[in-house]
Amino acid sequence: MQIPAAFDYVRASSIDDALALLQQHGPESRVLAGGHSLLPMMKLRLARPEWLIDINELTELDYIRRDADVLRIGAMTRHTTLLESPDVGRLFPIVRDAEQVIADPVVRNRGTIGGSLCQADPAEDLSTVCKVLRAEAVIRGPNGERVLRMDEFHRGPYETALEQTELLCEVRLPVRQRSGSAYEKVERRVGDWAVAAAGAAVALAPDGTIEDAAVGLTAVGLEGTATEAETLLRGKRPAEELFAEAGRAAAAACDPVADQRGPVDYKRHLADELTRRVLRRACGRAGAEREG
Amino acid sequence: MTTTHEHPANPAAGDPDRPVGFGRIQRKEDPRFIRGKGRYIDDIVLPGMLHGAILRSPVAHARLVSIDISAAAAHPKVKAVVTGKDLEGLKLAWAPTLSADVQAVLATDKVRFQGQEVAFVVAEDRYAARDALELIEVEYDILPPVVNARRALDADAPVIRDDIEGRTDNRIFDWEMGDAGATDAVFARADVTVAQEMVYPRVHPAPMETCGAVADFDPIDGGLTLYETTQAPHAHRTLYAMVAGIPEHKIRVVSPDIGGGFGNKVGIYPGYILAVVGSILTGKPVKWVEDRSENLMSTSFARDYLMKGEIAATRDGKILAVRTSVLADHGAFNATAQPTKNPAGFFSIFTGSYDLEAAYCSVTGVYTNKAPGGVAYACSFRVTEAVYLVERMVDVLAAKLQMDPAELRLKNFIRPEQFPYKNKTGWEYDSGNYAPAMRLSMQLAGYEDLRREQAEKRERGELMGIGVSFFTETVGAGPRKHFDIVGLGMADGAELRVHPTGKAVVRLSVQSQGQGHETTFAQIVAEELGIPPEDIDVVHGDTDQTPFGLGTYGSRSTPVSGGAVALVARKVREKAKFIAAAMLETRAEDLEWEKGRWFVKGDPGAGRTIAEIALAAHGTLALPEGIDGNLDAEVTYDPPNLTFPFGAYICVVDVDPGTGRVKVRRFIAVDDCGTRINPMIIEGQVHGGLTDGVGMALMEIIEFDDDGNCLGGSFMDYLIPTAMEVPDWETGFTVTPSPHHPIGAKGIGESATVGSPPAIVNAVVDALAPFGVTHMDMPCTPARVWEAMQGRATPPV
Ligand SMILES: Cc1cc2nc3c(=O)[nH]c(=O)nc-3n(C[C@H](O)[C@H](O)[C@H](O)COP(=O)(O)OP(=O)(O)OC[C@H]3O[C@@H](n4cnc5c(N)ncnc54)[C@H](O)[C@@H]3O)c2cc1C
Repeated sequence: MQIPAAFDYVRASSIDDALALLQQHGPESRVLAGGHSLLPMMKLRLARPEWLIDINELTELDYIRRDADVLRIGAMTRHTTLLESPDVGRLFPIVRDAEQVIADPVVRNRGTIGGSLCQADPAEDLSTVCKVLRAEAVIRGPNGERVLRMDEFHRGPYETALEQTELLCEVRLPVRQRSGSAYEKVERRVGDWAVAAAGAAVALAPDGTIEDAAVGLTAVGLEGTATEAETLLRGKRPAEELFAEAGRAAAAACDPVADQRGPVDYKRHLADELTRRVLRRACGRAGAEREG
Repeated sequence: MTTTHEHPANPAAGDPDRPVGFGRIQRKEDPRFIRGKGRYIDDIVLPGMLHGAILRSPVAHARLVSIDISAAAAHPKVKAVVTGKDLEGLKLAWAPTLSADVQAVLATDKVRFQGQEVAFVVAEDRYAARDALELIEVEYDILPPVVNARRALDADAPVIRDDIEGRTDNRIFDWEMGDAGATDAVFARADVTVAQEMVYPRVHPAPMETCGAVADFDPIDGGLTLYETTQAPHAHRTLYAMVAGIPEHKIRVVSPDIGGGFGNKVGIYPGYILAVVGSILTGKPVKWVEDRSENLMSTSFARDYLMKGEIAATRDGKILAVRTSVLADHGAFNATAQPTKNPAGFFSIFTGSYDLEAAYCSVTGVYTNKAPGGVAYACSFRVTEAVYLVERMVDVLAAKLQMDPAELRLKNFIRPEQFPYKNKTGWEYDSGNYAPAMRLSMQLAGYEDLRREQAEKRERGELMGIGVSFFTETVGAGPRKHFDIVGLGMADGAELRVHPTGKAVVRLSVQSQGQGHETTFAQIVAEELGIPPEDIDVVHGDTDQTPFGLGTYGSRSTPVSGGAVALVARKVREKAKFIAAAMLETRAEDLEWEKGRWFVKGDPGAGRTIAEIALAAHGTLALPEGIDGNLDAEVTYDPPNLTFPFGAYICVVDVDPGTGRVKVRRFIAVDDCGTRINPMIIEGQVHGGLTDGVGMALMEIIEFDDDGNCLGGSFMDYLIPTAMEVPDWETGFTVTPSPHHPIGAKGIGESATVGSPPAIVNAVVDALAPFGVTHMDMPCTPARVWEAMQGRATPPV
């Protein structure tokens, strides 16, 4: 049994209560969501919060709601809920693609979208997914609510724009016409973090050309999205050669590091290969939607 | 000739309806495991029990400058803090290993691997014990580490074991087997020779339950009760008596339910000894249970063999000789558990299943700044490495000769009439009939169709591979005259007692870690005496309750202990015959046995069942001369030879050409473990071993960085396979009984772990043939497979 350093624990009863507790206990307090990132770090004594503020009873943060052109997802929505949601699967197949390869059912039953985004691990799959879907993060703090784009929310590995006294409450995904999205990950084993992964979302114009595209990469040192690849894609007709070009651009834009999962050139190769694959699939899905 | 007539093939092998004796019955131990009622080491709670935790070295190689324990000792819940200095006073700072070396219990002079034990804290609860570790201040003077075994013998390599007087290098042993001259001569005249370097990387058994102990020393009577996760309770007790100076009759070792061993729980770890020291110092029971990282970083690893293989053959594919040299990385202390005369275990079985003219191997063992161990993880004393070597080499040869690898094997097998077969390194294979097993495997696989499918896929640029391996195992160590561990002969005892009402208890010296002993051994008694298995209690794991013997590892339980149990039951049966004769007022030689009863020849109605005989034995019947009033017996079984199970495995993989991902699509395993006792248990052992094989072939490796930091210290870094990585196993069997084993059984525990990795790697290499790949080392991770496709296959170390 791995044993964390001593800590105190309190259960928040509402969002306001959680915010008050965060202020009361100060910088050494941490919010506990699914606990699947925080608790392992505590057990390895890499994280040593003095207070855990448990927000698992805040069922008001556990929802998936369609609201005109936005899908609103509460921060405490579990991976499993996202995986099983027909709305999510239909509107954003990339989320289902990703959720199928995030950890295992045990982790997915507890881990949350809010925790994933706040953890900001460079290998976190939902971070890439939210980036390419151009999601917005709704944050509440002592001074009220603010809404950030993902590129504003994520500041780098393990770093977000959240203040210590703030809570991520909601993730908003814009729903677009004639759109399609996809995600693919290479892992050494089921449940392992990505060696590399790619996500893409496209929206087609009525004439079938690509109106807008977003390409993101996981675990290979790409900040934000692959903007060059996106520029290449925009206005063009989906085609293998185009995907290949975008793949090369995405691979050139990333900056992987060698580790036990693989050397740099392999990861760069995967960035290229997986970008092609997700673009092919995203365009296929968008095309199917256009026809259907 | 196979002397199969002595033990005709068991007619019930594989018969699902056979209710007693051999047969597919449900495991007697499972109800308690399934209901969560197993009793593992951490379930043991004694009154007043304290908790220990170990401070471990953060670095691989350093001189200990100072240890300051004052803050830890001042912690209000801490009862004792022990350092190497304290142990020196007790003459316990160093303990003998199972390979005639010594290992530091707590470091006194230097630390020699990352994770080595430096201090021990005993506290009121495990949280306080863990917290107090952070209060200990240790100053290290960092030394350059030896991480790569290839560098260990360099003239300028730091000497790791300067604790051993006169030591000036890192060489542990040089060992050779076979005839070098004869082998060289065959190589010199052979049409074809091939050579290949290969690495069997360091892997870890990673049992679900980590290691632990509860020590309870009674200061009044000087007795020690030690609950331990051990596969060999009796051997441990004897060693504790020798090391700690506690008289053996005052030591009781109890091995409760064990959550997986795979060789990880054979050795004596510092933690066990520290729990004992803690209990002696505090006068209270002390529990120590390691965490996952401690288990992965400090306990017995497996493999770490850097091998070069060579094969000589004729142009038409007759294999003439195999030659190999090995560099064996043993870590910082030579703590492998193997028979004294076999420093490289049974590696000399690298001649495999083939009839050779000559063979030779040399093995050099070296120290490195890594965790000690070496024989663990279902390895049958290095048979795993040997089989991998020869089975990979045969495929390398097949590629060179452009022959089908299955055909090449069929052409070279030892023929059935050659058994018992004496190989070129001195083993005598007891029995075998290889070609039918190979053909059955090919038939189950649909081998020809698979090759056709592969050819079509290659046309389309798809990567499909078919891998074959054929292994011969060497298990059941072993005859006392050849095999001992630190002087203890590798025999096993059994005691059988039939109670007055005809129920029985059989006591074993081996200890199950999940293999189903409570069922298998009851079935052996059932077969011999006709008592239903559910009426037979199997007792194991407690030195106070069981006869002496060397324990469970190297697939030795059925070959050795199984022999003991069959013989003890026969002894009871013989005794029962005399008592039955007295009951029937006839002569013993006029009686005939049928399962469960003795009856008068020619008068089947006149008979007595074992239960009736048992009651009479304990009753008022006038017993014949020399027969005492019970139906009990005991036996120590010294096996006349090892047993040699074998099998033919075929693996089918698909490789994603864009990412290098390997998917094991099918796996066909035909095993021959001689007489089959419980087919369900056999299949379970095979399924588990095959899963191990997928893990080693595709993902498992304990790596180190240049500073000697262990990179496999958690399950996020050390990957073991899940149900998602394995296919539906397709199993089959043939039955070639062992001629010398009392019931003809050979053992099955490690066959699949031994046989499957080469089949999987051969399949991956076969899939990559279009890229000109003829070899790649494990683990075949996506990145490494992709590198091989680029022509850059590299060894993992
Ligand atoms: C074995 C294993 C394998 C995994 N594999 C993958 C994988 O392949 N891919 C992947 O993407 N993830 C993986 N994960 C991570 C998993 O998805 C986690 O659930 C996720 O990273 C964190 O979510 P959580 O709800 O558990 O957050 P917690 O662990 O509870 O919290 C994480 C951090 O976010 C903060 N936080 C949480 N919620 C909020 C909030 N609403 N507002 C402000 N701060 C908040 C916490 O204070 C903490 O600092 C794996 C985890 C495990 C244990």
